[in-house]
Amino acid sequence: MGYFATFADFLQMGKHGLYVWLSYGLAFTIFAYNIVSVALAKRQFFNKAKRQARREQIKS
Amino acid sequence: MKIKFPQWFYRLASPRWFYEFSGKLLPWFAVAALLLLITGSVWGLAFAPADYQQGNSFRIIYVHVPASILAQSCYMLMAIAGAIGLIWKMKMAHIVAKSCATFGASIAVMSLATGAIWGKPTWGAWWVWDARLTAMLVLFFLYIGVIALHSAFENTQSADKASAVLSLVGLVNIPIIKYSVEWWNTLHQGATFKVTEKPAMPPEMWIPLLIMVLGFYCFFAVIMMQRARIEVLQREKKASWVQEIIKQN
Repeated sequence: MGYFATFADFLQMGKHGLYVWLSYGLAFTIFAYNIVSVALAKRQFFNKAKRQARREQIKS
Repeated sequence: MKIKFPQWFYRLASPRWFYEFSGKLLPWFAVAALLLLITGSVWGLAFAPADYQQGNSFRIIYVHVPASILAQSCYMLMAIAGAIGLIWKMKMAHIVAKSCATFGASIAVMSLATGAIWGKPTWGAWWVWDARLTAMLVLFFLYIGVIALHSAFENTQSADKASAVLSLVGLVNIPIIKYSVEWWNTLHQGATFKVTEKPAMPPEMWIPLLIMVLGFYCFFAVIMMQRARIEVLQREKKASWVQEIIKQN
């Protein structure tokens, strides 16, 4: 099944394994960075907003 | 301008409407992105045939080409949204523009880096100052410039306007990237997909590529909408509907 005979062949990619896996690894990292950075920004916003809302409540 | 637009155009401008509508769209785009990206990469890595000249390094196409396409499309959206914000003074347009910038920069990096990695076994060089590569590098600098310019202003409205102007000035770079392989004698190969002709590669090779391009677009939609939603909440913080959401979260 698939283009490669064995999993070892799949990892080696002829002799281009380093290049192919480096590229896909980089792409995956950049995708992960986007997902994490958005999740962090969302959490930071809500933490800050809740702190502010609590401060407003205490003041009033 | 005294043009009468349909109601949906004005509704698009409402941050609250955008927040609610994007909330409904997000899960669909997220699932689509996941399915398309997994299908495309597995197909491209394990099932597509190798190129008879390049061998298996050809599989880098399945991340390099989508990244390059998205880097350009994202910039176009950023610039057009900026233009709409400038012309119609629409806050939501500026929010969308701002939400494109970081993703665009990261995907331009992906295009440049995967291209360089692919270039090494194919051309023997990590980098050449050919028209397309140089123009894509310029695009990356433009993204960084837009991000830096926006954060340099205290006043949000001034920041929005300045970024929009810079994006628009840089828009000329997009046709340069696209047509560089036709206008100049370049090392980089020509277009895979043309509107008027069939692709030069067989379907087993270009179908996973199309799937990846669509997957990348869906992923962009997810990230852009999420960033825009946070920006909306930030800018509309004083509004009661936002206060409700903050309480509920």
